[in-house]
Amino acid sequence: MKFTLSWLKDHLDTDASVEEITETLTDLGLEVEEVVNPADSLGAFTLAKVVGAEQHPDADRLRVCRVLTDEGEKQIVCGAPNAREGITVVLCKPGDYVPGLDFTLSVGKIRGVESHGMMASWKELQLGEDHDGIVELPSGEVGDRLVDWLAANDPAKVDPMIDIAITPNRPDALGVYGIARDLAARGLGTLKTTDYRPVEGQYASPIKVTIDDDTQDGCPLFTGRLIRGVTNGPSPKWLQDRLVAIGLRPISALVDITNFFTFDQNRPLHVFDAAKVAGNLRVHRAAGGEEIEALDEKTYVMQKGQMVISDDRGVESIAGIMGGAETGCTDDTVDVFLESAFWDHIQIATTGRALKINSDARYRFERGVDPEFTFEGLERATQMILDLCGGEPSEVVTAGDVPDHARTYRLNAERVQSLVGMDIPESEQRQTLTRLGFRLEGNMAHVPSWRPDVQGEADLVEEVARIASLTKLEGKPLPRLTSGIPAPVMTAQQRRLQMARRTCAALGYNEVVSYTFIDQPVAGLFGGGTDATMLANPISSEMSHLRPDLLPGLLQAAARNQARGISDVALFEVGPAFTGGEPGQERIQISGLMVNRDGPKDVHGASRVMDAFDAKADAEAVLAAIGAPAKVQILREGDVWWHPGRHGRICLGPKKTLGVFGELHPKVLSALGIKGTAVAFTLYPEEIPLPRKSGATRAALEISDLQSVERDFAFVVDAEVEALTLVNAASGADKALIEDVRVFDEFIGGSLGEGKKSLALAVRLQPKGQTLIEKDIEAVSEKIVAKVTKATGGTLRG
Amino acid sequence: MDDLKAKYLAQIAEAGDENALEAVRLAAVGKKGEVALKMRELGKMSPEERQVAGPALNALKDEINSALAAKKAALGDAALDERLRSEWLDVTLPTRPRRQGSLHPISQASEELTAIFAEMGFSVAEGPRVDTDWYNFDALNIPGHHPARAEMDTFYMHRAEGDNRPPHVLRTHTSPVQIRSMEKMGAPLRIICPGGVYRADYDQTHTPMFHQVEGLALDTDISMANLKWVLEEFVKSFFEVDDVELRFRASHFPFTEPSAEVDIRCSWEGGTLKIGEGDDWLEILGSGMVHPKVIAAGGIDPDTYQGFAFGIGIDRLAMLKYGIPDLRAFFESDLRWLRHYGFSCLDVPTLHGGLSR
Repeated sequence: MKFTLSWLKDHLDTDASVEEITETLTDLGLEVEEVVNPADSLGAFTLAKVVGAEQHPDADRLRVCRVLTDEGEKQIVCGAPNAREGITVVLCKPGDYVPGLDFTLSVGKIRGVESHGMMASWKELQLGEDHDGIVELPSGEVGDRLVDWLAANDPAKVDPMIDIAITPNRPDALGVYGIARDLAARGLGTLKTTDYRPVEGQYASPIKVTIDDDTQDGCPLFTGRLIRGVTNGPSPKWLQDRLVAIGLRPISALVDITNFFTFDQNRPLHVFDAAKVAGNLRVHRAAGGEEIEALDEKTYVMQKGQMVISDDRGVESIAGIMGGAETGCTDDTVDVFLESAFWDHIQIATTGRALKINSDARYRFERGVDPEFTFEGLERATQMILDLCGGEPSEVVTAGDVPDHARTYRLNAERVQSLVGMDIPESEQRQTLTRLGFRLEGNMAHVPSWRPDVQGEADLVEEVARIASLTKLEGKPLPRLTSGIPAPVMTAQQRRLQMARRTCAALGYNEVVSYTFIDQPVAGLFGGGTDATMLANPISSEMSHLRPDLLPGLLQAAARNQARGISDVALFEVGPAFTGGEPGQERIQISGLMVNRDGPKDVHGASRVMDAFDAKADAEAVLAAIGAPAKVQILREGDVWWHPGRHGRICLGPKKTLGVFGELHPKVLSALGIKGTAVAFTLYPEEIPLPRKSGATRAALEISDLQSVERDFAFVVDAEVEALTLVNAASGADKALIEDVRVFDEFIGGSLGEGKKSLALAVRLQPKGQTLIEKDIEAVSEKIVAKVTKATGGTLRG
Repeated sequence: MDDLKAKYLAQIAEAGDENALEAVRLAAVGKKGEVALKMRELGKMSPEERQVAGPALNALKDEINSALAAKKAALGDAALDERLRSEWLDVTLPTRPRRQGSLHPISQASEELTAIFAEMGFSVAEGPRVDTDWYNFDALNIPGHHPARAEMDTFYMHRAEGDNRPPHVLRTHTSPVQIRSMEKMGAPLRIICPGGVYRADYDQTHTPMFHQVEGLALDTDISMANLKWVLEEFVKSFFEVDDVELRFRASHFPFTEPSAEVDIRCSWEGGTLKIGEGDDWLEILGSGMVHPKVIAAGGIDPDTYQGFAFGIGIDRLAMLKYGIPDLRAFFESDLRWLRHYGFSCLDVPTLHGGLSR
């Protein structure tokens, strides 16, 4: 919402400076976004008089002028055709910044003649487009400040423009008058009220208005009148200046008047060219399919139920949003029908959104205009039309009534103290509300018609606190809920994720946070990309679907880094992946990705290409860090984006997958543009059971003083027999005695023949009661061999 | 006897290596060595003679043995010196590479603010990223026609044909977690809800996803003055400054009343931000007293309970604290950026040890 200082002063009697006004506006909740004060860049310039002008010795078009300034006579070289003796000019001195030229003047030498300054054109001062010559002022004395001269003679040129952001609850501040009311309530001046008298109609309007029964909820009140014999054309300079200052283009007096009331009083109006209206006007709902070319020169197709204004020919206006081009006013308009109506804010918002029209009228009606002002707006606008364009007014035609908006709420003076924590005397609270237009009856406050946002007692508190200024609010300690040391607040799951992040970082992964939406084809590679996870209004096709998994985002990030020349990458992310589009159809994942090697080639030959076991080690480390059970199964048949033979699922039983590790499928890598190999892990922390709460106490440590014994066994088995089968079989041979079974060698093929391999196990025996003798060891060894051969069909390697 | 001594000590001194030394040892004090043979002759001597010769021979033997040991140690030292002389390393060579992982600034900042608010009794609540329009809008006093809905640039989920429910949304703020937490936990209540939120906006200063932390405190007597204190304490602690000045400005959010935008006193000099001093004000958050309708929507009696709520951008806090210029880079996963602005796994923020190094 833009306005100028002088416009504000039409409604507010104040001596406050621009700075005071803008600071107060922001403090009141009318946040100032921009102030353009022409005086800021014109402050240095003064008036001067040319007392002599002679031809430049070396240039036909230049003149050497003697200029009388506040610092005495100066020599200035000037190229303007109108530079001549006797004129009053605007002087820019060396050291001054010239806004229109964007540079700071210095003493110059032009074709060998020194020049001590410059005489400016309007354009160079950024006060106009006129660049035909330097400014010639009709009055003013040498040494006068330009800003003072302009303020006295052409105030529009130095009228500061203020732009404020209006929150949706404050439609009343969408008119300059409402802004003045807020400032006056704060005490920054006095609100000026101007009386108006209804204009007496001289004849009955030949254009009548009706509202269909089913439309009265959307248009409770429609008023209008015909003004015959007007002279349209450019509006007067003061009006044009105002509109230009707030960024509007003057069009014609009639249109400019409607725009003036839109911004001055938050009262949108419309003018029909009565000669182009066929018969009477009817406010009704569209049947659907009607076409109308609006004032923005676009054609809209009305949808069923949307409110329109029609004449005998058809739809002539999109009610409350934009008038039609067909009946719009032009410079030739002679008879004008002026409309001032009240429209329901919800219906205007709905239609405006559906038709995607952003007009000043829609913006205001959907936030709420003052229903009581409908008549007054019509009368005031009539008067201005008569004043500026002449003509004969008809009587007012009316359909409907001002809707009931009466509401009262109790002013509880103590509530301000309890809710805001500010001590404001009741008398001041009552004064504030009164100044804002509330009517107090005892302690009941009647809400003014221009404040649709006030809907309860809390709103009264807000108004009182806002006008008193929240800046004055002093902080007050929030008492602790309990005395003493605060208890921890994080849940076990929250701590787990924190541990997971820090463990991944400790393992050398860089954490990323990537967008939770990705493109459909990539989502499809990871089991997603369905309609259920599709956004209705994605920002781009690359962000169209909720991610089904964290790996695609990590892979895309790795590919981007490879494109920047970093080929070895280790990234991780902790965040949600989505199984569907309903709330709760998301689960947290911890995913790590390693592409290519663990480091660049090095002098020690130590860097390696990462393989599935590196991913497995990291997955196990993270699982251990977040307290997953140590005893797990490794199963296969994971999701299709893993290498079919080179991944494993870390499971608790056949149904509960805690995580997956392994190589990624080569097709996935090539689809995502990864150069080289990639291994990864994904963990599902919500699947990991929380340990039973047992306090901080550890189980007692049991260590034996008896020496342990280690024995090695090598078995020849089929190549696809899994090591874990051998380990589990061996461990089961004597659970009391066998402390640990470790695979320490694998040998495939060679002398063993095709499809065979040898696995070597180191078994550690820990006696508890007495030292082992050879006979005991042999007995256990036999059991181990028997168990393993039975479980695997293999043989002990001789 | 003196001859013997002189002879062997000379031989020991001359021995050039361990083999030569061993030969001297055998010849002198070995089982069949010259000293041993002399010892045997003791038996044939008279007691008087033996009394003189015995100790002399033993002394000779000891002397030779010490000389042997000394020489052996000297030879060993010489050999080690020789070996060490050949064992030279170019210690300026680089080490084996070791990857350096890092935490994202959003994670770090989230942990920092969790530590601070935990101290003030706030626990951490969570909610879904996809939510119903009731939780995201209606329950927060933003009805269907409210202009704030249009202004929020909401991402909507696709609706299958025939499913006539209003479309779900990607939550536009963390405020729906207020409602879910009130429903779940009742009052009194103190929570923060950090997490990702979404707006359909992408330009120099906006990304379609960013992070917020919501705060909510409900009790029978909480006022806006308490809110101001909590925010002052938070800002001081988070930015690690001794003093800070906050300015509350009246504003409007549908879910709070009164509402205030909060600015922090700061200075910008040479592109560097200093919190707590200077003449500039920087808007950092929105806040207010929870609207009675919102408290009621959470299933709590608004005539008994009142309280405050606030929402702060986590990414923005991290940018301000750590001097990170561009929001968009947070989500671009550029390794150079991650390494430069990331945090070590051991930089765990605590209030007793300090939030940042």
